[in-house]
Amino acid sequence: MTTAPEILGTLHNIRTVAVAELDGVEDDATLEAWRIAYLGRREGRLTLIMRTMASLDAEERRSVGVQANDVKALLESQFEAKSEELKAAKLAQSAKEGRLDVTLPGRRPALGRLHPITQTMREITRAFISMGFQVVEGPEVELDHYNFGMLNIPKGHPARDMFDTLWLDHTNPDGERELLLRTHTSPMQARIMEATQPPVRVVVPGRVYRFEATDATHEWHFTQVEGLAVDEGITFANLKGTLYEFARLLFGPERRVRFRCDFFPFVEPGVDMSIDCFSCDGAGAPDCRICRGSGWIEIMGAGMVHPRVLDMSGIDHTQYTGFAFGMGVERIAMLKHGIDDIRYFYSNDARFLRQF
Amino acid sequence: MAMNVPLSWLRAYVDVDIPVDQLAHRLTMAGIEVGGVEQIGGWTNCYVGHVLDVGPHPNADRLRLCTVDIGEERLQVVCGAPNVAEQQKIAFAKVGATLFNTHSGKVEPLKAAKIRGVTSEGMICSVLELGIGEEHDGILVLPDDAPMGMPLAEYLGDTVLELEVTANRPDCFSVLGVAREVAAFSGTQVAEPDAAYPEDGPPIEEQAAVEIADPELCARYTGALLTGISIGPSPEWLRERLTRAGQRPINNIVDVTNYVMLETGQPLHAFDFDKVADRRIIVRQARAGEKHVTLDGVERELAPPMVVIADPEKAVGLGGVMGGANTEVTEETRTILLESASFHPFNTRRTADELKLRTEASLRFEKGWRQGLPPVGLRRAMKLMMEVAGGVAAKGIIDVYPDRPEAQTITLTAERMQKVLGVTVPMAEAARTLTSLGIACRLVGDDALVAEPPPWRADITIEDDLVEEVVRVIGYDDVPTAPLAAPIPLSTPDPAQSVKEEVRDLLASIGMQEIITYSMVSERALELAFRGAEPPAPPMRAFNPISLEHECLRTSLRPGLLRTLAANQRHEGVPQWYFEVGKEFIFYGEGLPNERQKAAGVLSGPGAQASWATSEATTGFYDAKGVLESLCDRLGVAPSFEPLDDPFYYPGRAAAVTADGERIGELGEVHPEALDAFDVRGEGAVYFEVDLAALTAAVPQAERRFRGPSVYPEALRDLALVVGMDVPASRVQEIIEQHPLVVRTTLFDVYAGEQVGAGVRSLAYRVSLQAQDRTLTAEEVQRTMDRLLSRLERELGAVQRQG
Repeated sequence: MTTAPEILGTLHNIRTVAVAELDGVEDDATLEAWRIAYLGRREGRLTLIMRTMASLDAEERRSVGVQANDVKALLESQFEAKSEELKAAKLAQSAKEGRLDVTLPGRRPALGRLHPITQTMREITRAFISMGFQVVEGPEVELDHYNFGMLNIPKGHPARDMFDTLWLDHTNPDGERELLLRTHTSPMQARIMEATQPPVRVVVPGRVYRFEATDATHEWHFTQVEGLAVDEGITFANLKGTLYEFARLLFGPERRVRFRCDFFPFVEPGVDMSIDCFSCDGAGAPDCRICRGSGWIEIMGAGMVHPRVLDMSGIDHTQYTGFAFGMGVERIAMLKHGIDDIRYFYSNDARFLRQF
Repeated sequence: MAMNVPLSWLRAYVDVDIPVDQLAHRLTMAGIEVGGVEQIGGWTNCYVGHVLDVGPHPNADRLRLCTVDIGEERLQVVCGAPNVAEQQKIAFAKVGATLFNTHSGKVEPLKAAKIRGVTSEGMICSVLELGIGEEHDGILVLPDDAPMGMPLAEYLGDTVLELEVTANRPDCFSVLGVAREVAAFSGTQVAEPDAAYPEDGPPIEEQAAVEIADPELCARYTGALLTGISIGPSPEWLRERLTRAGQRPINNIVDVTNYVMLETGQPLHAFDFDKVADRRIIVRQARAGEKHVTLDGVERELAPPMVVIADPEKAVGLGGVMGGANTEVTEETRTILLESASFHPFNTRRTADELKLRTEASLRFEKGWRQGLPPVGLRRAMKLMMEVAGGVAAKGIIDVYPDRPEAQTITLTAERMQKVLGVTVPMAEAARTLTSLGIACRLVGDDALVAEPPPWRADITIEDDLVEEVVRVIGYDDVPTAPLAAPIPLSTPDPAQSVKEEVRDLLASIGMQEIITYSMVSERALELAFRGAEPPAPPMRAFNPISLEHECLRTSLRPGLLRTLAANQRHEGVPQWYFEVGKEFIFYGEGLPNERQKAAGVLSGPGAQASWATSEATTGFYDAKGVLESLCDRLGVAPSFEPLDDPFYYPGRAAAVTADGERIGELGEVHPEALDAFDVRGEGAVYFEVDLAALTAAVPQAERRFRGPSVYPEALRDLALVVGMDVPASRVQEIIEQHPLVVRTTLFDVYAGEQVGAGVRSLAYRVSLQAQDRTLTAEEVQRTMDRLLSRLERELGAVQRQG
C-alpha cells in the first residue's frame, strides 16, 4: 500500500529530476529516451506512479490526481518545447553546413535561336497582320513576265537597269530566256491580283536576288517584305496611315515618318519612306553613324499601284485603287541591331547568330 | 545616273534664294536626290590680280618677271607660263596660300621663293594648281571684268550639287531640268536660254541633205550648217562650267555640243562637213561586219540593228553613241554640220552595251524617247557656236521627222486627285505648279485642267503622272494620314505556312540554332552531298552566275548545313545543332521549278552547352530521331521509321520517315566520306530533313478531341523480353500498345551481350495499365501481362528474360 503523501512525494521528486534531466538533453535520441523514461505509456515513471493511485480512496485520489495531471502536463509541455528547440537547432546547423553557391551557373535546358532575319521578318509581318494583312508567299524562280512585264517594266525599259538580274540558263521553246531569280517580291502583286478580285490586303515575305557585287551594304541574295492593298476608295492617305503605324510598331511610338518622291515603274505616285533617326533622335548629328547626319533613315519604297499594273492584272483602275510597298528585311535588322555589315547574315557564324 | 550641277550654272536660269542645304533638301524631297554637295574653292590668300607689266627674267630665258596689282598692294612674281600677258586678269596666290604643288603632287602652303636669283612674292595660278581643272600648260586667264583685288574664293568659288537622277527623269540629267524643279518649288519660272541667231547663209537645203532609212530606230534628225568657223579653245566661262560639271574642255565647237547637252539634255554632234562625201547624211542600220573607227580611236565591228550616221560612201558616226574619227572636228575644220537627233532608246542601249561604249549621249538617249527635244538643243547650240567660233549659219534647219505624232494632251481632274491622294489641291494651284515645271496647261472650269507635256518630259503620259507632279512639288506632308477604313478582307490562312513557322519555333525550342544559307551552291557541292545517289533532277544553272560557288540552284539543303557546321566547329564550346528552313529547286524542264520547302538539320557534338553541370554526351542518331519525334508529336503526326539505304548516310544508320504511308522525311548518321568532303571534323554528325508540304498533309485536319483522364488507379508492370536482333523494337512496342488496357509504354533498357547470349537482345519495358471504368484487379493485370507475353512470343519469338 502506498499512501497519498508518499505518492505526492514521489511526484514531486519525479518532477524535479525530470525537469533537470531535460535541461541537459541535446539530441533527439536522448529526448526520446527521456520521454519514454517519464511519459512512456507502459514503463514511464509518471505512468507507473499514477497506476499506484488506484489504492487510494476517492477523496485522496481526486486531490493526488489533480497534482499528478499537473506534473504530466508540465512534463509534456516541456517536452514539446525541447523538441521544438532541438528542431530549430538542427535546421540552423544544416543551413550553416549546406549553403549553396548561388552564383554557380544554372543547369540550362538546351535553347536554340531563330536566325535574326526570321525574327525581323516575323516582327514585320506581325505588324501588318495586326492591320488585317494576310501573309502569302510566292516563287523565287520567276518568269520575266511577272518580274518585269506585269509590273510596267517591258523589255527594253530603262528601269530594268534598276534591277541587275540573275538569269537562269534555260530557254523556252521560242528560244527566249524567260526564267530568272526574282529581283524583288513585287511579282506577287501581279500574281495575287490576277487570282483575286479586290479587296486585297496581303504581305509577301521572301528571298530575292540581284546580280550584284557584295560589300558591307550589298548582298546578291537578300530578303524583302512586299505589301499590297487594293480596294475601292484606297488613297495615298491610307498608304501614309498604314506605313506610319508600321513604323511606330517597329521602331517605337514616338517615331515620325517622311515621304519623298521616288521612282518605281509599278507605282504612281511613287515615294520612299524615311523614319526620323532613332539614334540621334532625328537631330541629324553630324557624327551619327545611323543616319549619317541627315536625321532621317530610308526604310522602304511605296506608292499607289500604277493604273496600268491594275489593268494588266484584270482590275479596273477606274473603280479600284491600291497601294504597294516593299522593304529589305536585312536593312531593318541592321538598323535595329546596329549590324554594320550585311554579309554577317549569310555567313552563319555562330558567334553572330547567338547574339539574337 | 549621276549628274553634277554647279550652283553658278543653275543660277543662270533660276533665282536660288535659299541656302544650299535647303535647296538640296527640297530637290531630294521632290525626287531628285542630292547625294552630295561639293564646295569648290575655299582658297585663302588668293585674289583676282591685274598683270601690270611683263618683263624678262634676268637669269632665265623661259621665265618672265611680272608685276601684279591686287588692289591693296603690287607684287613682283616670277611666271613661266607662255600665255601670261600684260593687262590680263589672273588668279594670284600670295605666300601662304594653300595650293596643289605640281612638283610635289601634294596640296601644301605656298612658300616665298627665290627663282633663279629673283624673289617671287607669290604665284599666278593654273587651274590645276587651284584644283578646278586638269590643265597646266598655262595660267588661268579671268574675264576682263573680274574685279581686281576680290578674294578668289568669292569670285570663282562654287558649289556643285551631286544628283542621283532616277531612270524616269532624264530631263534632270540637264541643268535646265534641275532649274525647272527649283522654279517649281520656288514658285517662279526659269529664264529659257537664248537660242536666236542670225541665219545669213544660203538655204540649208541647197547645201546638205539628210535621209532617215530606218525611222523606227531614228525617229527624228535635225541638222544645221555653220561655215567659216575658227576652231580654238573655248572662252574661260565655257571651259569653267564644263570642268565644274565634270567634263574636259576640248575645243570651242566640241565644247558647245557638250555644254548644250548638259544644259538641255539633248546630245549633239558636230561633223566636219567637208569630209562628208556628197554633202549627204544617211541614217541607216550598220551592215554586218561593217567597221568604223569612233572618236576614241578604236576600230569597232558593227552589226545590225546598230545605227550609223553615214554618207554615201562610209559611216561617219555611231548613232546615239559616238561620232566617227573620219569626220572629227579639228583645227582645220571650217564647216560643220550640227546633228541633233532622236535615237531608239533600247537600241541605243543595246549598241552601247555590245560595244562596251556607254557615253553621255547614249545614257541620255536610252532613258526614253524625247522627240520634241532635237530642235531645241540644235538652235541653242548654233547660237553659242556662232558666239564662240564665229561663222555664218545656213538659212533654216533640216528637220527629218517621218512619223511626227500628234501633240498629246492629258486632262487632270480634281476628282481623280481626290481618288488617288485622299485630298485635292485647288486646280489653280495645280496649274501654277505644272506651269513652273514647264508643263503648259489651261484650266477647264474649277475642277479640271488640260496639260501638254513638254518635249523634255517623256515620263508624263497619264493623269496619275500629273497627280504626282503636283504632289511631289507641294510635298507629301500636305497629304493627310489615315488608317485603312475598309473592312478586313476575309482570308483563309495557308496551313503550310503555320506549320513552317511552328517547325521553326519547335526546333529552336529544343536547342537548335536556325541558319539561312545561300540558295545557290556549286554543282560540285551537290555531287558531294548526293554521293552518287540519283538526284531528284539536274540542278538549274545560272546564266550569269555570281561565282562558281553559287552557280546552281540547290536541289538539297545538305551542302549549306554541312558547310555551316564545318565553319563553326572552329569555335569552341558552341553547341553544333543547326537547322534551316528553305527551298530546294527541282526543275523538270518546263514551267517553273517545284520549290520544295524543307526543314533540315545537322547535329554534332554535345547538344546543350557543355558545362560543370552537364555531361559531355555526344549527339547521335537517336538525338536526331528524338527531335523528329517531338516535332511530329507536337503537330499530331504519327511517324514511322524504316531503315533507309542512301549513300549520304553511314550504312545501316539511316531511316526513312513516313506518316500514313507517305514519306515525310529522313535522317541518319552522315557518311564519314561526306563529312570529309565538307571538312567536318570530330566524332560525326547526324542529319535529318522533313518535307514541309508532306508534313503539312500529314497533320490531322480534325481538331483534337479531349478525353478525360481515368479516375481509376494505374497499375505498373515491368516486362523484360529477349528477342532476336532482327526484330525491330518499334514492332514490340506496337504490339504492347495495341492492347486496350495499355495506356503508356516506356522502353527503359536495351541490352545485348553475354548475359542474354548471341543473336538476341533484351528489351525492358515499363507498362502502364488502366481502365476507364473500374479499378483493375491484380488478377486482371496479371492476365493481361500473360496475354501480351504470349502474343509477343507467338508473333516475334520473344521470351521473358529470366533473372
